[in-house]
Amino acid sequence: MPTLIDATMMRQVIMDHYEHPRNKRIPESQEYLSVHLDTIGCVDDIHVALKWQGDKIEDILFHGVACTISTASTSIMTELLINKTKQEALYIIDQYIKMIHEQPYDDSVLGDAMVFKNTYKQAARIKCATLGWVGAQQLISKEE
Amino acid sequence: MALDVKKIRLDFPILNQSTAKTVAFFDNASTTFKPRRVIDAMNHYYFTCSVNVGRGDYDLAHQADTLYDEARQRVARFIQADAREVVFTSGTSMSINLIAYGYGKKFLKEGDEILLTQAEHASNVLPWFAIAKDTGAVVNFIPLNEEGRLTPENVKKAMTAKTKIVSVAHVTNVMGFHIDIQAIAQVVHEGGAIILVDGAQSVPHLTTRVKDWDIDFLSFSGHKMCGPTGVGILYGKYALLDAMDPFLTGGGIATKYDTCGDITFVKPPHKFEAGTPPIAEAIGLGEACEYLSEIGLQSIEHYENELRTYAIQQLKKLPNVDLYNPEAESGIITFNIKGVPSQDAATYLNSKGIAVRSGQHCAKILIDYLGVVATIRFSLNFYNTHDEVDRFVEAVKTGGDFLDAYFD
Repeated sequence: MPTLIDATMMRQVIMDHYEHPRNKRIPESQEYLSVHLDTIGCVDDIHVALKWQGDKIEDILFHGVACTISTASTSIMTELLINKTKQEALYIIDQYIKMIHEQPYDDSVLGDAMVFKNTYKQAARIKCATLGWVGAQQLISKEE
Repeated sequence: MALDVKKIRLDFPILNQSTAKTVAFFDNASTTFKPRRVIDAMNHYYFTCSVNVGRGDYDLAHQADTLYDEARQRVARFIQADAREVVFTSGTSMSINLIAYGYGKKFLKEGDEILLTQAEHASNVLPWFAIAKDTGAVVNFIPLNEEGRLTPENVKKAMTAKTKIVSVAHVTNVMGFHIDIQAIAQVVHEGGAIILVDGAQSVPHLTTRVKDWDIDFLSFSGHKMCGPTGVGILYGKYALLDAMDPFLTGGGIATKYDTCGDITFVKPPHKFEAGTPPIAEAIGLGEACEYLSEIGLQSIEHYENELRTYAIQQLKKLPNVDLYNPEAESGIITFNIKGVPSQDAATYLNSKGIAVRSGQHCAKILIDYLGVVATIRFSLNFYNTHDEVDRFVEAVKTGGDFLDAYFD
């Protein structure tokens, strides 16, 4: 379990990404693949959009309305996935989802996304914490 | 008579013998806990007869019929109706769909008008959108007053010669105001239309008088009034029920039919109960009606109002709270904690053992009126206590630390 200092830092990371979300904007061009995501139980209503360059994710962004948890988790995700290959990106997403569901996972690829490892404590919010990630997974898997 | 909440709490197994006993449950507008006698009444049916209604020639079938008919009579007494005007449905959504499809589809014509309000639950909006599309009728919204309340004056102003159906909640599920339903029914009838009242949030909490109010239809759900899930009621004036078509057709509702498709249906209420009804649930709902009547709807209303007033007083002292309906009469309090998304606030309250609902509460068009993305809804029932309200207020006070939910 994290120490008190770790917990404080983790809160700061979540609040920073909520108050200043990274890569939160509407796509500027038609080159983006996009997916719309919402949850029945929450206000979350976001789009995740992604642009490939060859096998690499050149850009990934999101826009819409979302709670603290889904905003921050999606924001952190975009930073992790930019410039990753399809295989790398799917691996990272897989590790994140495993972490959220309390399964063994590889923490070496998750960076700031580790701040969500306590989501199991509020099981009703797992959907919020994985919303953007599941969207990205759909988009990336769709690209054949 | 004053209500003895300590004694009442003993009636509810979940408040005494499960992990839920440490939770202050304030999501009663969504659903309510069930007293033991409601559960026992359903078990009694399953243990002692357990067979279909309206079908068998044996003693067990007669017992089932007796229990089911008695349940209908209990519900009828509870809302001051005749038993033949009480239809068992699966819940409020089904009841409103039944009116929309059984009455609206048959009688609405192109250009006719259906009036709703912005504060209605999705179950009182979406069936009308669907029927408007099918019939060419239009859906319009009666303006709420500044406070967010529906007044007879505004209904009168909104009515036109084309208005055929007015469908409004007696108590809306987000704003929680009591409206003058009798005066509104009068205005609607003077304008030549019929009125459907969505009683999902009112029937459990105040005395329902369908005859005195002279309303045409009433819909409500069992599970919001300490009854089981899966059962609800459509009340309708008998002549209207007789004139309308069944929404679902099937077993048990036709007296005869031939290969040409000529059908003679049985009379209401059975005409609307095709297939095997939720028998145990209907019996459970009948028992819930008896239970609430024995406590007394006036006592319930009085106690809930007192508890609400207390909660509002405490919340008003907190600088970090935006209250949206401080003047409402029901046990529904809609608010936000400043600077905290409502979902995150609700998660934090959960970590403190408080169950509330966050979001748009199935009233998505109301959000335009309130001018916020989402809210927290606190809704109480007669088994809640002042102590629980104190715990709730204490937790709201520290709502700014909402990420504690994930780290403490």
